Amino acid sequence: MPRLHWEDFSPGQVIECGSRLITRAEIVGFAAEYDPQPMHLDEAAARATLFGGLVASGWHSCCVLMRMLSDDFLRDASFMGAPGVEEVKWLAPIRPGERIKARATVLETRASRSRPEIGFVKFQFELINTADQPVMTLVVSPMFGRRAANAARGGQPKAPSEP
Amino acid sequence: MKFFEDIRVGEISDIGRHTFTAEDIKAFATRFDPQPFHLDEAAAARSHFGRLCASGWHTACVWMRLLINYRRREDEERRARGEPVAQLGPSPGFRELKWLKPVYVGDTISYATEVVEARSLNSRPGWGIVSVHNTGVNQRGEPVMSFISTAFIECRDRGPQEP
Repeated sequence: MPRLHWEDFSPGQVIECGSRLITRAEIVGFAAEYDPQPMHLDEAAARATLFGGLVASGWHSCCVLMRMLSDDFLRDASFMGAPGVEEVKWLAPIRPGERIKARATVLETRASRSRPEIGFVKFQFELINTADQPVMTLVVSPMFGRRAANAARGGQPKAPSEP
Repeated sequence: MKFFEDIRVGEISDIGRHTFTAEDIKAFATRFDPQPFHLDEAAAARSHFGRLCASGWHTACVWMRLLINYRRREDEERRARGEPVAQLGPSPGFRELKWLKPVYVGDTISYATEVVEARSLNSRPGWGIVSVHNTGVNQRGEPVMSFISTAFIECRDRGPQEP
């Protein structure tokens, strides 16, 4: 039974979601599989690009954020995924050996009109480097099960159909 | 990559397709999005998705990989014709990412891109910014993903050079 439901989130709430060291091996490994561009794969080739050195793929940053959230509060939550992502800004590159923090800020909460057992929580997530500079922001409205519905069913809510 | 001046709004490219296997879906989810409905058939059957399905980030990362492969093939053809190849610059981000339907085991997603905006930049001479509407459609013709990405693309005419 998850501890956190839709009702447990409120606008203005800030959740610090830990930190993660981004290694060169991880940057290159992700890039080789999903984003094989010179600035993500090879120092010498990366120096010739606008970045001036090896940097993580922006998609890698999204995946790292997803993993950090999953290891943090989502594991205790009636999290049901998200119908999409409103906006992602890649503000600064992540370089090998940087330790990145993740922070969640609740912007608003909204009960589903058509499915009383679920609600949406709109977050702004940030990845922040050791210089306290945001390197990525991501706005997304994931779905969470509501407490009453979850207690009645004793498990995960079923079948939302709306995007 | 085409130079910025050669890119036309409305231009559509079919960049490739990918079939999602259960191994593929679980391997990605284990690394980046460890939700029960992306990891385990029985848990997925009990969830609102009903069956094991791919992380939305996985669907998006495969788009990135196919786009890189597509551009590499194009660049090789250009070089074979003795034509110059433009440099792809950084991306400031993306918006309106929608995961419209789950991607289930065995689904084959066909990805396409359409240029929706191209404008030159006074702030960065020699570079233009291009917005592209990206889509993924499954084997039944149902859209599963859509988003708008932006990226800087090198201009052929780099403007007046320093003497």
